[in-house]
Amino acid sequence: MIYMTNKIYKVKAMTGGTAAAEFLRQAEPDVMAVYPITPQTPIVETFAKMKANGKVLTEIIQVESEHSAMSAAIGASAGGVRSVTATSSQGLALMHEMLYIASGLRLPVFMYVSARALSAPINIHGEHGDVMGSRDAGWIQIFSENAQEVYDNSFIAMKLSERVKIPAMVIMDGFHTSHTVERMNVQDDKTTKKFLGDYKPEKSLFDFKDPTSFGFLALQNSYFDFKIEQAEAFKEALAEYKKITSEFKITFGKSYDYFEKYKLEGAEYAIVIAGSASGTAKEAVDKLRSQGKKVGLLKIKLFRPFPYDNLAQALKSMKGIAVLDRAISLGAYPPIYSDVVNALRSADCGLPVSSYIYGLGGSDILQDEIENVFEDLIKWKFSKEIKYLK
Amino acid sequence: MGATKDPVIVSNATGCLEVTTTIYPYTAWKIPYIHSAFENAAATISGVEAAQKALLKKAKLKKSAKGGSAFGGKAKLVVFGGDGGTYDIGLQSLSGALERGHEFLYVCYDNGGYMNTGGQRSGGTPLGANTETEPAGLDSFGKSRNRKDLMEIVKSHGIKYLAQANVAYPNDLAMKAKKALETKGPSFLLVLQPCTNLWKFPTSRYVRLGRLATETNFWPLYEIEKGNYVINYVNKNPKKVEEFLKEQGRFKHLFEEKNKKVIKEIQKSVNGNWKKLVEMSGSK
Repeated sequence: MIYMTNKIYKVKAMTGGTAAAEFLRQAEPDVMAVYPITPQTPIVETFAKMKANGKVLTEIIQVESEHSAMSAAIGASAGGVRSVTATSSQGLALMHEMLYIASGLRLPVFMYVSARALSAPINIHGEHGDVMGSRDAGWIQIFSENAQEVYDNSFIAMKLSERVKIPAMVIMDGFHTSHTVERMNVQDDKTTKKFLGDYKPEKSLFDFKDPTSFGFLALQNSYFDFKIEQAEAFKEALAEYKKITSEFKITFGKSYDYFEKYKLEGAEYAIVIAGSASGTAKEAVDKLRSQGKKVGLLKIKLFRPFPYDNLAQALKSMKGIAVLDRAISLGAYPPIYSDVVNALRSADCGLPVSSYIYGLGGSDILQDEIENVFEDLIKWKFSKEIKYLK
Repeated sequence: MGATKDPVIVSNATGCLEVTTTIYPYTAWKIPYIHSAFENAAATISGVEAAQKALLKKAKLKKSAKGGSAFGGKAKLVVFGGDGGTYDIGLQSLSGALERGHEFLYVCYDNGGYMNTGGQRSGGTPLGANTETEPAGLDSFGKSRNRKDLMEIVKSHGIKYLAQANVAYPNDLAMKAKKALETKGPSFLLVLQPCTNLWKFPTSRYVRLGRLATETNFWPLYEIEKGNYVINYVNKNPKKVEEFLKEQGRFKHLFEEKNKKVIKEIQKSVNGNWKKLVEMSGSK
């Protein structure tokens, strides 16, 4: 944890869910369209209480499904206002169609995902399968390790989203982060509002002098160009992320990068991981480091756009790497593993990389299991087989 | 659109109206317009309505449309969806928006099937119609079930104004649009829209076909205002439903000997519905 240089924050005990609601109170979006689902509900329930107590003016639409939640969020965003939603698992899957439409219309919709396993069999616990299913939908995706990061990432995500006109999701692990109370710092309202600024849309449905049509039919001669334009916007997002994290550091005194490098300096073997299990993995690194073993960790934060070049630079001096995914890509290597291998190969780096899958459906991952992964690396036990930590 | 002087914002479900009016880089809409998907035009307008409330609250919106700011004034919000996008795939989204009480007008233009995609059956396709997905054949007389009673479904949400209209009666339609747009909260119009694609009739008979639908009581014109039924067009001597059916290719097979009982069934259903409507309206 890097503490702030300014002294205007308050220390509070919060879950990831309440931290998200606290950010929303400060950002005070114009519209929230939302449908309940575990383990997302603490976010909307906390926010609804804030609204009920007159702390925010936000219009909350209690829609009848997540599909309608995203549809209404799109309608509001096209209306030129800040619009947000939150979901999990089946809800995100039900929104899937609309995720592509939000991004295709270039609307900066903001969403929390309390990441959870997908049915069948039904399981309400933490996993990244749901958000991984959305990784090609044209959204900025940022993983958070804990409540503090949920809060901090929100500022970066909302600002980035509005600047590059790409919708953004801030991801927390269902239950592990959404429901776990942690000590964290909350910034003062004035500073946060100043950092976010007012949202000034380029186009709005409420502009009657220069009316806009949203949602064209694009035929064979133009559809491809729309998609290339979106791809270019993602390149811009990578550069803007850097700028916004610098602004974040100036305002809040905290350094954020594409990913977190934990004891990578001087390390020979590294684990790449995202989300709440990073904390446990850091403990494993500390223990092995105290035994003189040269190990480190790279924690994924910005996942879409994926920072291929920077990631390869950070890892290329290692001797070997293990990637731990909390998601399964049936019939293929898991998502983060595939991206890390692509990053290394495109940097002409032929390091051995092993793939591990852990924690599906909320199953535990223990510190000694992560230590064993490092021991595998040190003993040069690499294989093409995906290994399961369970 | 002519039924109000306020600015109008349109949310359109995927369908023939959408694809024919917004082929990039052109748009036929001179007013703000949004199409997002097929099943969610009502949910989309819910978001627009919430945005409008938020803007009004922030006083960014001026009460009259004359203001010089980009936010021109409080707008009327109108949805256009076909029968496929309303009776079927968009019913949940519509129901949710009606229950929440957003202020908007939903117009379902009903041609009794998925015509934009080549004539498949929908929940709005009438009994006996020949469609691509429930065709007439040796073992089939076409659509085996009656269409949903969408008016009653919408009515049961307790909205203040809904009406059934027909493009062949433009004055009646304009009167209803005006009333609907003046309603506080949600309002709904179910509008018959003959379609040459699957109904199969010469375009020169377009208005004639629409009129026959009402003259036979197949498509009565009526309003439900605060729960009260008003019939807008009463036939002293309604034509037989055959008159309407025989002009259309989609019902041609019903005139074969083996299917004649279906015509009787349609007539029975038309008579029954009319009787119910008369009772509801308290007229004789």
